[in-house]
Amino acid sequence: MIAAAEALTAVLLVAGGFFCIVGGIGLVRMPDFYTRMHAASVTETLGAGLLLLAMMVHAGLSLVTAKLVILGLLIFFTSPAATHALAKAGMTRGIEPLIGPRERAPSKR
Amino acid sequence: MMFAAAALALLATLALALVRAVKGPTVFDRAQAANTIGTVAALLLAVIGFLTGRPDFLDLAITYGLLNLIGTVAVLKYFRYGDLGDPGDAEGETGR
Amino acid sequence: MLRTASSVLTLYLFWLALSGIYTPFLLAAGLGCSIAVVWLARRMAVVDHEGHPIHLGPAAARYWPWLAREIAKSAWDVTKVVLSPRLPIQPTLVRFAPTQKTEVGLATHANSITLTPGTISIEVSRREFLVHALTAAGAEGVTSGDMDGRVTRFEARG
Repeated sequence: MIAAAEALTAVLLVAGGFFCIVGGIGLVRMPDFYTRMHAASVTETLGAGLLLLAMMVHAGLSLVTAKLVILGLLIFFTSPAATHALAKAGMTRGIEPLIGPRERAPSKR
Repeated sequence: MMFAAAALALLATLALALVRAVKGPTVFDRAQAANTIGTVAALLLAVIGFLTGRPDFLDLAITYGLLNLIGTVAVLKYFRYGDLGDPGDAEGETGR
Repeated sequence: MLRTASSVLTLYLFWLALSGIYTPFLLAAGLGCSIAVVWLARRMAVVDHEGHPIHLGPAAARYWPWLAREIAKSAWDVTKVVLSPRLPIQPTLVRFAPTQKTEVGLATHANSITLTPGTISIEVSRREFLVHALTAAGAEGVTSGDMDGRVTRFEARG
């Protein structure tokens, strides 16, 4: 039982770390402001969610898990608000989104 | 210990976000990078708490998460309106 | 009244979770603070169906698992796009009319769209949403009305 929880924690930690890095890579690779935001939201949803889940499995039923739940709710309720504020601010300030399929290969990073 | 691996992954994400923050090009790219750095820092604090066996770090993570939202919204209001909003105007009607 | 009691209870549970030290003084202080904060919040008239929407609880229990699955699915799609060497993106802007009636419903819908990787709500109003999608498939997913219908049912059930 303990071993199973440990294994699950390890898997979730690795998966969460992987999605966080993917978000970071996307943040660097994507060609314009709006597409970068999509990449960043991978970090903020799946990456954060899996890491928090891993820590909850590791901590079991305790006060630590309650705090992790609070942290998770905090991230999940505030990150869309911040993202929306960012997108709207960008739009208001007249940052034109890139539209349509990309023809050429991405310029070096 | 997989927590060390997760901490390393988060540090790598921090570095990537920092690259975007340095490269810009617009202030909104930098704000997005700063927001990501804030989220990742909160997660990193939580992971470090487990790594060192000090769950008190979770309180810091929660505080950091709260500050991150306030910071991002304040910065964005500044860049959108040029100030942090005057008290008592009718702007609350439309929201952010 | 139920909403007030539930607000106090929520704040008190928050206090208990963060405190971790249960001496009689701290327990009483927490209760006192919770009641004081809710009293102030009532004076500000923010303890209402928007500020503390407990009536949506049962509906949320059915909506959130679905949303979590959607987030996981589209996060995986965005992951594949980010890691693909060709970077096959097709950024799209779509406008559509949401069917929600209440502000809570509209906010839930807009936040769900933003929370799902690959789509971001840029402008939100009663009449129209402006959504930026990373791929054409993501844009179709938003305009297909699946999430819209679910949020409308979520808001109606509350």
